[in-house]
Order: sequence, then C-alpha cells, then structure tokens
Amino acid sequence: MEFECVIGLEVHAQLMTQSKIFSGSSTAYGASANTQACAVDIGLPGVLPVMNRQAALMAATFGLAVGATVNPVSVFARKNYFYPDLPKGYQISQYEIPVVSGGSLEITTEAGTKTIRITRAHLEEDAGKSLHEDFHGMTGIDLNRAGTPLLEIVSEPDLRSPAEAVAYLKKLHTLVRTLKICDGNMQEGSFRCDANVSIRPRGEAALGTRTELKNINSFRFVERALHHEIDRQISVVEAGGAIVQETRLYDPDADLTRPMRGKEEAHDYRYFPDPDLPPLVIDEADIALIRSQLPELPDARQARFVSDYQLSEDDAAQLTGQSEIADYFESAVEHAQGESRLTANWINGELMSWLNKSDIGILDSPVTPAMLGQLICRIQDKTVSGKIAKQVFAALWEGDSDGDVDAVIQSKGLTQITDTDAIAQAVNDVIAGFPDQAEQVRAGEEKVIGFLVGQVMKATSGKANPQAVNELLKKQLLD
Amino acid sequence: MSISEKDVLRVAHLARIRVSSDELGDYQEGLSGILSLVEQMHDCDTDGVEPMAHPQDIQLRLREDQVTEPDQRDAMQESAPQVDEGLYLVPRVIE
Repeated sequence: MEFECVIGLEVHAQLMTQSKIFSGSSTAYGASANTQACAVDIGLPGVLPVMNRQAALMAATFGLAVGATVNPVSVFARKNYFYPDLPKGYQISQYEIPVVSGGSLEITTEAGTKTIRITRAHLEEDAGKSLHEDFHGMTGIDLNRAGTPLLEIVSEPDLRSPAEAVAYLKKLHTLVRTLKICDGNMQEGSFRCDANVSIRPRGEAALGTRTELKNINSFRFVERALHHEIDRQISVVEAGGAIVQETRLYDPDADLTRPMRGKEEAHDYRYFPDPDLPPLVIDEADIALIRSQLPELPDARQARFVSDYQLSEDDAAQLTGQSEIADYFESAVEHAQGESRLTANWINGELMSWLNKSDIGILDSPVTPAMLGQLICRIQDKTVSGKIAKQVFAALWEGDSDGDVDAVIQSKGLTQITDTDAIAQAVNDVIAGFPDQAEQVRAGEEKVIGFLVGQVMKATSGKANPQAVNELLKKQLLD
Repeated sequence: MSISEKDVLRVAHLARIRVSSDELGDYQEGLSGILSLVEQMHDCDTDGVEPMAHPQDIQLRLREDQVTEPDQRDAMQESAPQVDEGLYLVPRVIE
C-alpha cells in the first residue's frame, strides 16, 4: 500500500522586544541565571502582568505580512499545568481568540509551488529552563527566559513531505527576520518547531492518528526527524498495529524519535480567560501604521530581482533567502555599475563558499559590497580574468591592501596580459610545443583547442585573456 | 448535574490538591452545586449577546517596551528554600 504523510507545523518565534511580554525584565540572551527574572516572572503572589505594546504590534505585523486577519480584539487565557519552570502554575497564552487568524505562505519545492494555509498565530509567554544535571540530585531552575514573548504560528496540515515542511519553515524564517520581529537564531532557541505528523493510504480523505514531534530545532533535524517518524508510522501500520497519539522527542545523536514519558492527563490544560488581563485591542490606526511601514516582503523582492536585475528564479531565490544577502547584492550591483548577473554569481558562488568555510554571516564578510562591486568592474573591463579575480578575492578576504581592489591587482602583478604581441608569442610557443594537438585541431577536432588554451594560460600564469587566446589559436591553426 | 467521586479525584489531581476519602463527599456536593448554578444560567436566552472575556467592559492597558526591572536575584532568592549558582533548586523532575 502506498502512504502519504500529512504534516502541520507549530513554530514558536521569539519576538525581538527589549523587555518581557508582561514585565519590565530584560530579554537579552545569555545573562547569569535568574538575574533577569523579576517578581512577575517568578510568579510571586499579588503581582499583575502589564502587556508590552511592542509585542502586540509585532504580532500584528506578522499577520499583515501573511495576509491574515489581525483580530481587533483578542483574549489572553491561562493554560494550566504544573512544572517547576512555570512558577505560576499556568502559562499566559491565547486560546479562543488569537491575535492573528488565517493567512498563508507560498512555498516552492521540486514538486512545484504550493500555498500553505496558516491557521492562527497567538501571543504567549515562554517558560523558564530546567537544568537536570548535577545539582545534588535536584533540578536547577533558571527563570531568565520566563515571560519572554513568543508568537506561536500554527499551520494547517497542508504539508505532504518533509521537504515541504523544510521549505515552509525556511520561508517563515526568512519572513520573520525580514519583518525584524524575530532574530531567527535557532541555536539560542529563538525559532523553534514542533511537528504534527500522521500517515494515511494515498487517496484517503480522513486523517490518520497523529503524533507530535518536539525538539526539532534545525532545518536538517526537521527533515531527518520527519523522515524517521513517517517511516516508523508506516512500519507500525504495515505490521498491523495502530498509531498511538503521543508526543515524541527527536534525539539527534541516536537519530530516532522516542515517546516522551508524560502523564496521560498532561493535555488537560483547562484553559480559561485570564482575569488579570482584559481583552487586547489593536485599533485601526495601529494597523494602518504598521501596514504603511511593512518592508518589501521576500516574495516581492525575489520577483523584483528577476524583473529588474534579469536574474534567474534560482539566483533570485538564493539571494532573497536572507534579507542581509539581498541587501549586500543590491549594494554590490551599484558598485559594479549595474552588472547584476555576474554579481549574483559571485555572491552565490565565491562569497558564500568563503562565508561557509569561515562560518560567518554576510554582515561580517571582510569583502564588502563595494570591494566586490569594484572587482566585478575589473572583470568587466578585462583588467583581470574571472579566474584571476578569485585570487584577488582571496587577497581581499585576507585584508590585503586595505581592501583596495586595484592596489591588490597591482601589488600581486595580476593584471591581465592584454598586450597581443605577448599573447601571440605564448600561443606560438604552445603550438610549437604541442605539435600533435595542434595537428588535431587543424584536422577539425576543435575540442582539442581547449587543451591548447589551457597550456597558454599556464604559460602566462593565468594572466592572459582566455578569449583572446582562443581567438588567436583559431586564427593561427584554422585560418 | 452532579459529578462523580472519580471526577473530584481527577480535578484534585490536576490542581495538585490532596483530597482524603472522607472529604470526597463534601467536595462532590459542593462542586455539583456550582455546576447546577451554571446549568441554571444556561437557561437564560443569550442569543444576540456578545460573549465577554472579562467581567468589566475595559481593554488591556499597554506599556512601552522598556527594561525597567534591574537584577533583583539576591532579594528574590532570600525566600527560596534552596539555591545554587544562581539557580532555584527544586526536587528532581525528569520527563
């Protein structure tokens, strides 16, 4: 029997506010334990939550960006459960009326382009952190994270493969970073993902029993964890078993999912409207203001890169996957006097490979957009060949000549030989040195000319213009 | 509407309240009384009445996004039974 999988994702995006959602404590990452946890965050009796306006506006920003309804009135509710890193005994969340309803994202995979519906996005507070290791047999609690604002973004079960799930997640990641509402840092837990997964025989309309996968906090893990869980469910069903609705944890080290040991009643959260918090009202003036300030969204930017810069869809998609890379590109093109395609190739190729090797982001690139743009100009005016330009790029990366492209080319003697006499000399030497190959070219095997071009380039340490060499060889051998 | 002893035990467990067997009857009676009051309210005609999420007709007051709370760890931890390396210590919990 052939199965298909049905996946829905719940993403927790940490909102980039300075202070917590219901208190004036700092949300900065990495502070010493419990130094950013005030009376509200540690749930002392008698305290009252006071809502952060910025968190509400950021949620509304997201809603507008995905074409959702930003509900003018939404309601905070208490989600009740006991765990030591939740000192109040309830998490303040939204239940019946979330701040954002509906909306969608368009994803592109090898299977084509598809619309993924968003069910809702709601505001809630994060819990603290439990540290289970080595505190004299006790558990250590750090409440610095307690009360950090989260936007939980819930998708409809519209995803049909792990690849689609990853594409959706990446799209969402790019979007929240472009909107500057979430830094997207997955290592620090600012962008976390749970997945609801089920399988059903292909063609069946009814949904199968689902399991919830937690702890899948990198794009790579999402894909692997989903594959594993889908395979596991298929094996269970094929062996005549039934899927049990449960929460499973992905263990990246063992590369498998295992059930979370939880109490059966763990899901009875007994939600009710939080009497401490009257309804959240986002008025039309706020919405109009946010709408007018929305940045260019990733999809629109990608389309503009294709139409205005004549880039391929692939190149445009790669560049607009991160708004910082797209910004870098637009700045470099300006310095490259509008030479967009070559600039795109250099960013997606050479620059990305250097950034990956050094494990740094584009904002920390030692080669600035101005430098790359200038280098592109030197390729265009034939001062250097593309191949030599890579050497120049490497020198710029190392900080040679204070990043002055022309000075690097001068000091390393990399200027392309444009002197035709010098090239002609090298061409004649190579024809004399490789008589067999020269004969083959004369006999009509034009492919062999590539070999001879290579020899001339070698003889000139790569500084001859390969096009000029090619032309000269043809002239000498074929005319 | 009345609730069973089992319901009482379940609700007590969820709320982490220990209820002894001789208290069960009282709780059962008291909670059933609350539910019948709710049932009475069910009989009211509320068609066309917008549900309220809060008894008062007010909206949430919002504050500006500013850090106003300094580090108060030492003061907060004075009343904690056990702390270590800045952490609150609690009986071990493992999922």
